[in-house]
Amino acid sequence: MMVRFPGLRFTSLSWPWVVTIGYLLVLLCLPILALLSQTFTLSPDEFWAIATAPIALAAYQVTFVTALGAALLNGIMGTIIAWVLVRYEFPGRKLVDAAIDLPFALPTAVAGLLLATLYSENGWIGQLFTPFGIKIAFTRLGVWVAMVFISLPFIVRTVQPVLQELEPEVEEAAWSLGASPGQTFWRIIFPPLFPSILTGMALGFSRAVGEYGSVVIVSSGIPFRDLIAPVLIFQRLEQYDYSGASVIGIVLLVIALLLLLTINRLQQWGQHYAD
Amino acid sequence: MSIVIHNVSKQFGQFQALQPTNLTISSGKLVALLGPSGSGKSTLLRVISGLETPDTGSIIIDDQDHTHLDVRQRNIGFVFQHYALFKHLTIRQNIAFGLEIQRHPREAIRKRVNDLLDLIQLAGLGDRYPAQLSGGQRQRVALARALAVEPRVLLLDEPFGALDAKVRKELRSWLRRLHDEVHVTSVFVTHDQEEAMEVADEIVIMNQGKIEQVGTAVEVYDRPATPFVMGFIGTVNVIPKTSPIAKQFSSIEHTQDIFVRPQDVEIFSNPEPKTISATVERIIPMGSEIQIELRLSDNTILISYVSHFKFTQLQLKTAQNVFICVHKSQVFTEEAGGGHQTLNLATSGSHF
Repeated sequence: MMVRFPGLRFTSLSWPWVVTIGYLLVLLCLPILALLSQTFTLSPDEFWAIATAPIALAAYQVTFVTALGAALLNGIMGTIIAWVLVRYEFPGRKLVDAAIDLPFALPTAVAGLLLATLYSENGWIGQLFTPFGIKIAFTRLGVWVAMVFISLPFIVRTVQPVLQELEPEVEEAAWSLGASPGQTFWRIIFPPLFPSILTGMALGFSRAVGEYGSVVIVSSGIPFRDLIAPVLIFQRLEQYDYSGASVIGIVLLVIALLLLLTINRLQQWGQHYAD
Repeated sequence: MSIVIHNVSKQFGQFQALQPTNLTISSGKLVALLGPSGSGKSTLLRVISGLETPDTGSIIIDDQDHTHLDVRQRNIGFVFQHYALFKHLTIRQNIAFGLEIQRHPREAIRKRVNDLLDLIQLAGLGDRYPAQLSGGQRQRVALARALAVEPRVLLLDEPFGALDAKVRKELRSWLRRLHDEVHVTSVFVTHDQEEAMEVADEIVIMNQGKIEQVGTAVEVYDRPATPFVMGFIGTVNVIPKTSPIAKQFSSIEHTQDIFVRPQDVEIFSNPEPKTISATVERIIPMGSEIQIELRLSDNTILISYVSHFKFTQLQLKTAQNVFICVHKSQVFTEEAGGGHQTLNLATSGSHF
């Protein structure tokens, strides 16, 4: 029996359908299959042993904890920046607005180079911390700085449109009902903003988890210290350990899919009062 | 709770939104601030609410100086043109917001919200979100939310401006009935004269940051204080002072334009004493009345309203020659003080 959806025809394969399916097959499904096929030679026990080897576990830990830290900081900073961009009129606002996307546009290697220069022991920012015995570049802290840098636009760009939709009259209505600025923020402004902040953080987090180019420059790549999972994959490849690289890759892939699912759910939840 | 506005003015950058203004609104009245956009009516309302601070002058509500009080401390209810409901809260939570801020007991809030839901006739919809309601329903919720805290003054900024014509009509007669029940001193801003005349006890007509006239619907229509009011309230014919026809108003030396209401222009098919001739230019049915555009010998266009009965009787057609009599007209002469004086020039065509 044919299942019919109003407005959709599955019976005749029109060319947009063919293009869509073909493109997605080549671009998304095929690489995943290839990745899986690399591990076919391994038994489940071997797979599990590689996936949970101490060096791999440490790399996941560095990756996810640091990415989470970056997402948390940007959850706050990105929201404040979005607020300033939407609500304040100041000279150069358009310029600042455009500059937010710099981490998108900048080749990640360039970002890594910039950060390594700035945050090394003699760098402009790094030297401020040296007297306190804090090293930033080539430590876990450096990885975190790189992840903060590349994930910022995600939060700003997700929160910005929601803030733009929030009419100033809504705040005035809250004031006229006697609410203090604090009450107005926490009860009126923040709740509709929260899903978009979370979505932005999740997007920034997944971007940070996948970051390779800048981190490989700004970190030392030493296992158990500041080695992140994507760099571990590269190190495995350098040692011609393809199946080892693929196992780590599959773990990251599964986590990325779970993250996508979460982001999707978050976005739906953000719309729960829309109609 | 009376409102006294004393010498209040407000400037935004180079734009003088409000000239120094004085106005007294007596307790329990429903007053309309009426004027075109940019006339300062919304600014005046926002200054009363405390959402704007005046540059000069003072706001006295209920004999207490409120000029330097924050909007939060004024205990006013404010209704916005675009509802400004809290989208993430249900209708019930929206109405309860002000009461929760004031830390009323939970049970008292529940009861008050139920009463208000009954009052706005949305009893079954308390658990919906604002996006699930129609525009008219949303504005009723906004009203209930403002009324929940039992404000001393209710201020409404173009409350029906975002609604379509039919809903607007329903809602404004509902607002009038509501005010008769609740009796809170209310001020609403509108640019729609029909709305102001239907709803308000008193109309404040504003133009270019100044109050032009304060009065009841009848007063501002029958005895407009300025040419602006005459032109803004209802339709009016303006005969320019330079027009040769104006010279036929013989008794007074005319240095001002002459204003004639369309219903004061009577049409005859045959010459009568003190009539002048005119040509029917256009016939526009307006529903209950028919609007006739008449061209006078000096090419001045006059508009007349005739009833269907009269229209049939006269058997009017385009390009037909008719005779008209102006029963009543007005000029505004500027006095030394800059004020206006109204003169009724003609009764029963005495000048033609």
